[in-house]
Amino acid sequence: MINFDKVSKQYKNSNTPALNEIDLNIEQGEFVFLVGQSGSGKSSLLRLLLKEEKPTSGTVTVDGINVGKLPNRKVPAFRRSMGIVFQDFRLLPGKTVFDNVAFGMEVIGKSKKEIEQRIPAILDLVGLDEKAHRLPSELSGGEQQRVALARAFVNKPKLLLADEPTGNLDPSTSVGIMKLLDRINRTGTTIVMATHDVAIVDQMRKRIVQMENGNIIRDQERGMYGHTGH
Amino acid sequence: MRLSFVSKEVGNGLRRNFTMTVALIVSVAVSLSLVGAALLLSAQVDRMKGYWYDKIEVSIFLCGDSSVTYTCTGSITIEQRKNVERILDTLDPVQNVFYESSADAYAQFKEQFAGSAILANISPDALPASFRVKLDNPENFEQVASALQSVQGVESIQDQRKLLDRFFQILKGLQSFALAIALAMLFVTVLLVMNTIRVAAFARRRETSIMRSVGASNMSIRLPFILEAAVAAMLGSTLATAGILASKYWLIDARLAPNLTFIPFVTWNEVLVIVPVLYLVGLGTTILAASVTLRRYLKG
Repeated sequence: MINFDKVSKQYKNSNTPALNEIDLNIEQGEFVFLVGQSGSGKSSLLRLLLKEEKPTSGTVTVDGINVGKLPNRKVPAFRRSMGIVFQDFRLLPGKTVFDNVAFGMEVIGKSKKEIEQRIPAILDLVGLDEKAHRLPSELSGGEQQRVALARAFVNKPKLLLADEPTGNLDPSTSVGIMKLLDRINRTGTTIVMATHDVAIVDQMRKRIVQMENGNIIRDQERGMYGHTGH
Repeated sequence: MRLSFVSKEVGNGLRRNFTMTVALIVSVAVSLSLVGAALLLSAQVDRMKGYWYDKIEVSIFLCGDSSVTYTCTGSITIEQRKNVERILDTLDPVQNVFYESSADAYAQFKEQFAGSAILANISPDALPASFRVKLDNPENFEQVASALQSVQGVESIQDQRKLLDRFFQILKGLQSFALAIALAMLFVTVLLVMNTIRVAAFARRRETSIMRSVGASNMSIRLPFILEAAVAAMLGSTLATAGILASKYWLIDARLAPNLTFIPFVTWNEVLVIVPVLYLVGLGTTILAASVTLRRYLKG
């Protein structure tokens, strides 16, 4: 599903590379935690996956597509094939829960009929079927992240990228979000999640890719965060 | 992307950015009104040219007893007059020639100034005989003048067009002035569009970043912004059009035409031709400015 082959990323205004000849392979349906301190290269890795950045050298392949060589006009279609969740939820404040999720379908041209059929199901999945007409400001952080997850998953992507999705949530709410991610993962969706959250990583017992100074220093199946002393 | 979704976005955008939108509409309206005025003036000049050039003639004054130019040695002889007539016949631009004798000119003069004191001071032979020459196109005057100006028996050649041209120059000057201001206003409009779009893009960077992350195409991200500018331009163009049509109806037709009957004014057809030009200029300028700005501020 995802393959990094000797990928380096050097930003213009920096002396040290953000990524240093990274090799990484993630299979379809996997759940991978990307851990490491700020500046370790997690975000650069995610940005390369989204084609927000191009690799300086090496190839990034997602679902058979060479991302670095993807022409700009094909980037939108490429991003439709994946879902993205952020730490700050990124919901539109003026739109209801329903409309926020619908937004993800509207911008890619889904018909009104499809939207009306699909959204109740997805809101049911994330447990917000009764709050469809609330505004984001009326929801708790956990609920807002569920809306964001619903939006990311509404087009049934093969790959879901999550950048610190529990970073703004308290531990018990985070558990709920993780359960939801686990459920999405079990539908066959590959999930790559960047996180600092030790408790969650230890609880989930999924594959861990740990980064430091642009290198992968650990890649472990069913790992625990704490094993390298963090 | 569905139409209702886009139109909702455009409506929201315009409302949120109300002051900027109003500024944009007014600026488009003013600049296009000036463009329209310049075009109207140019149509008016063309129309008057067509009308008056049809009527103007070249007067070739022939030598009289008191003429002193080097081509004259006393009054023109029959021989010389025949010669002038022959030359006129060979000239292509000449359409028809009318000979006015000294006596005819005096009779005409007497009629025009009947009862005036001037009449007493003018003797019948003081007015020179002349050829009144009608040209296919008044612009060909030089050809006639150069062929005749050193011919014996011709005292002077007068081009009535010169008198009109001074008037047309004033109108042309006015037209250039309107056009210059129109261009300056269009430039201001472009800057205003750029700024409006920049502000709108900044205000909606959250939406656009979300749209981009869910894979909306560049076109569908930019379209609402471009449509917003286009709607404002459309309203501005409509105001300008209304202004132009109103000035035709209330100024030209109701006030000027009844009082200035000797001036032919622009017709409705000529006015209506300007309308699509205004819309084209208004929409074209704003859409182009918006697209260029978005390219800079909404990088895909």
